[in-house]
Amino acid sequence: MPETQDTQANESVEDLKRAAVAALDSADSSEQLEAWRVEFTGRKGRLTSLLRGLGSLDIEDRKTAGAAANRLRGELESLYEDRERQSKSSQAPVGSIDVSLPGRRPALGGLHPSTQMIREITQAFNEMGFQTIEGPEVELEKYNFDMLNIPKDHPARDQWDTIWVDNDKRSDVLLRTHTSPVQARVMESTEPPIRVVVPGKCYRYESTDATHEWHFNQIEGLAVDEGITLADLKGTLYEFARRVFGPKRKVRFRCDYFPFVEPGVDMSIDWNGGWMEIMGAGMVHPKVLEYAGYDSSKYTGFAFGMGPERISMLRNEIDDIRHFFSNDLRFLTQF
Amino acid sequence: MKVPVSWLSEYVDIDMNLDDLAHRLTMAGNEVEEIERTGWIDNVVVGHVLSVSQHPDADRLRLVTVDHGNGEAEVVCGAPNVAEGQKIVYASIGAVLQDAYSDEPGKTKKLKRSKIRGVVSDGMVCSVRELGIGDDHDGILVLDDDAKIGTPIGELLGETVLDIELTPNRPDCLGVVGVARDVSAITGNELRQPDLEFEATGPDVNTLASVEIADPDLCLRYTASVIQGVKIGPSPQWLQDRLTAIGERPINNLVDITNFVMFELGQPLHAFDYDKIVDHKIIVRRAAEGEKLVTLDEKERKLGSEMLLIADPERGIGLAGVMGGANSEISESTTTVLLESATFHGVNNRKTARGLELASQATLRFEKSLRTGLSEVGLRRATKMILEIAGGEAASGIIDVYPSKDDEQQSVRLDSSRILRVLGVELEKSQIETTLVNLGFELTADSDGWDVQIPYWRPDISIPEDLVEEVARIIGYDNIPTTTLAGRPPQWQPQPELELRVRVTDSLVSAGMREMISYAATTSESEARVALPSETPAGVKLRNPITADFSVMRRTLRESLLSTVARNSRTWRGPIALFEAGRVFLDYGEGLPEERQMATGAFAGPRNELHWDASTDASDFYDAKGAVESVLADLGVTAVFEPGEDATFAVGRTALIRVPAANNVVIGVVGEVAGEVLSQFEAEVENVAMFELDLAAVLKVMQGSAGSSKFEEYVRLPASHRDLSLIVDTGVTAGQIVEIANRNRIVTSATVFDLFEGKGVPDGKMAVAVRLVYQSPNKTLTADQIGKIEGQILNQLSKELGAELRAQ
Repeated sequence: MPETQDTQANESVEDLKRAAVAALDSADSSEQLEAWRVEFTGRKGRLTSLLRGLGSLDIEDRKTAGAAANRLRGELESLYEDRERQSKSSQAPVGSIDVSLPGRRPALGGLHPSTQMIREITQAFNEMGFQTIEGPEVELEKYNFDMLNIPKDHPARDQWDTIWVDNDKRSDVLLRTHTSPVQARVMESTEPPIRVVVPGKCYRYESTDATHEWHFNQIEGLAVDEGITLADLKGTLYEFARRVFGPKRKVRFRCDYFPFVEPGVDMSIDWNGGWMEIMGAGMVHPKVLEYAGYDSSKYTGFAFGMGPERISMLRNEIDDIRHFFSNDLRFLTQF
Repeated sequence: MKVPVSWLSEYVDIDMNLDDLAHRLTMAGNEVEEIERTGWIDNVVVGHVLSVSQHPDADRLRLVTVDHGNGEAEVVCGAPNVAEGQKIVYASIGAVLQDAYSDEPGKTKKLKRSKIRGVVSDGMVCSVRELGIGDDHDGILVLDDDAKIGTPIGELLGETVLDIELTPNRPDCLGVVGVARDVSAITGNELRQPDLEFEATGPDVNTLASVEIADPDLCLRYTASVIQGVKIGPSPQWLQDRLTAIGERPINNLVDITNFVMFELGQPLHAFDYDKIVDHKIIVRRAAEGEKLVTLDEKERKLGSEMLLIADPERGIGLAGVMGGANSEISESTTTVLLESATFHGVNNRKTARGLELASQATLRFEKSLRTGLSEVGLRRATKMILEIAGGEAASGIIDVYPSKDDEQQSVRLDSSRILRVLGVELEKSQIETTLVNLGFELTADSDGWDVQIPYWRPDISIPEDLVEEVARIIGYDNIPTTTLAGRPPQWQPQPELELRVRVTDSLVSAGMREMISYAATTSESEARVALPSETPAGVKLRNPITADFSVMRRTLRESLLSTVARNSRTWRGPIALFEAGRVFLDYGEGLPEERQMATGAFAGPRNELHWDASTDASDFYDAKGAVESVLADLGVTAVFEPGEDATFAVGRTALIRVPAANNVVIGVVGEVAGEVLSQFEAEVENVAMFELDLAAVLKVMQGSAGSSKFEEYVRLPASHRDLSLIVDTGVTAGQIVEIANRNRIVTSATVFDLFEGKGVPDGKMAVAVRLVYQSPNKTLTADQIGKIEGQILNQLSKELGAELRAQ
């Protein structure tokens, strides 16, 4: 009955295939998958027994059935691998965690953007030997104006609209309009050489809008010694600009007027195709040196002043200076 | 200052392009903010009207054939004044003209080919309004017959104006000649000075009028001329155009000439009707207190005794250098003019103008302390122009009362070494000389440098550095080298306050807080909300605050902090952790106020960002205390927190921060803000925990012994950790338990790590878990030894606090 046997063997391959595919479909866990592998394709599994059973057939039939059974092994093994891969991707191994959940992050604090800018700028100067110092915000007219060669009732004072302190005893107390009075104070109290950078709040009697605040920060700088020149001023401020605005930024120095310097300088950087004024500067006016008790025939120096909020506005594209003192967390947390 | 290029070109040739010129002027200190062009319109040229005929379908329209130099065009025109043979302004299709029918100023319209009542109009004949050079739209603009057909209209009517932002030291540039002089120095092109020569054929001026300066401190020089037989009327067109181009309204020839000379040379002048001056005598004197004068603007002014008056023997006839009087004003019937060109005291003039709120072009110049030499030049220039334009005959000579003749500084010494000393570069002698000479300085050279005569138009030059700047600005700061600071580095000076503020700031940021910077001024009422102690010194009041909301300098950071927290609480749902490290201003009545540094911070809202494994509890006292503990740990300051009172904070939820090592001094406070304080801030949070560190006090403590950290050899022997579970009365504090445990030297730390009230704990009691760490510096402790010490501690806890071991 070779025919019968042949048919029987062939049917068995087909049956086994049907049974194996059905069992694989219903295997849900890795345990069940493993059980399936042992049952069907394992060393002592049903496919192995089926192959062993072929020994009773004649050579031709054995060849045909053997080939069919081996094809089936390939198919089943490949089905098993697919299924195993599927199962692995949908089911985490024991002890696995959800790495997509947010980590436990310590609360993130932050410096106010003005402080960040002040620190960056003062650091640039610190590294060039300028020490950071501070001075009073409620100031005497003497330091804010007179010692800076801005006499009373002089039209030059128009550049600094002033908020005055209401004081029964004296009328010469004001909110400093710039950090420059610290120039006078430091020269009055120390001998050259001087290299200082002075950040701090200033106040102006000025109506506020998107680019003007009555209350703002300024950073002043002063270097006094024998032999300091306008070329040194340029070199120092150029180096500052390189650090704060990047080495590719173009810098322009031009003549400008401030009563406490001579010659006077305006420093601008190239910005959106034009020039943006960044600071006023100049060689310390001999009168300012003399008011402070320095010998102006011996010493020269330079001074400069800039607004960190203005620079921050440029760099961070902040369109309204009033953001700085509103302290809205929606603003502060962006820096 | 607006400087029309055509006007500028009268005094100097401009042979570089305007953008380059603007750049050079800017570099030299006269910042050209804008180059404004008016009247330059593409596709608009001079046309010639060849013929005019009636529009077939409209009575009021005409068909005009125009020769525009590049062919002919037929244009429909509604202007009543169009006529054959006229030279007119022709706009071809595509020209962008002002929209004459729009109410919106500056609105333009592009000209399109269109049919008007069935006839195609190939362009347009323009009115003044359509060209944007005036307001008239009743008819077309008719040009002079000699206008060349096809000329772009800009060449004829266009004006280019340099809008220069002048610095206050350069009143000379408040005259076009001053700017021209800078251009001359920049370009090397020669300056053409205005002509001052005129023929004086009339009688001796001294027989016609006299001037007396009663107050020579305020009037440094007074020059005057008298012109008889003038004819008052409108100025010639060229003069009107000059003034219109800079935004001045022409009035009559006399007034226009004085204005023109002011804008040309920078010297303000005033013309009086000679016949209205009593006795033809001018007295320059201070006004009497309360003296009245009706000025040209018909307003009666009440004068003060420091205001300088131009008077005749009977009355005031003008406010010196500010505004003329109505009683001596030039009118159509004026025939004889007394022209004044004087030098008034700058500061006084400015005070008068400010006092009367009469800012004028004259004061803009006088306040900058003009030099006396300029007044005579202005007088001669204006007199010459009056003769040319208004006719008449000038009296012989001028009146010149000059009390300050010998007072002014005339020269400055410039050593060539000074240039190197200031600029850091050696310049060619010839370059220095050429630059200064082109600017109008006269030089006398010697081997070391120059004696430099200061010209009459420069009040701003008084020291050698001023001259160094003159040279540098013209050669350009670009041409000065760039060097690195050499020389001695300065001695470092300690800045303890600044350094402490930076450390505290960094520490608070590390603790997760956001720094804020608030306005340093407030109002007393606003500040009262935080209930400052009554012994707080007075605040610094402001005489002219920017607004009523900022009338006094702050005495506390608490108020602005709570305002900021409250404002943020309305928009920010996450944790709010804000601090400010800044100054408060305390006025002790002597000298300047104390500017005391404080660091004040607050926590409000949820403690954590919303997170799958974090509590959603609101922040409280312990968040604020924790921030303070971090800071103090960072600073190496050991402090204790004792229950205390402070009116800003809630009773029973507030601690004063004391430093035992420094006489128990209070360095700050931490607590939850009192409900009645918080309710005044409209915060959308229930609770705000706040701390304040007085940085001045912290600094003092640190400068004592408390601030330094010294290394101590750590114990290498093993430590033992034991937990105690205690039952104590509620009200017993963790601090008490820890203090008792710490008395034993073998205990190196005692930490309360759990507190529990409720189930399983009797009423009025609470369970406290404490971890004790035992460690001896010289031996390993046995269980017996530890047990013995523990027993002693338990005993003490029981004796002092009634603590019992909790049944396990």
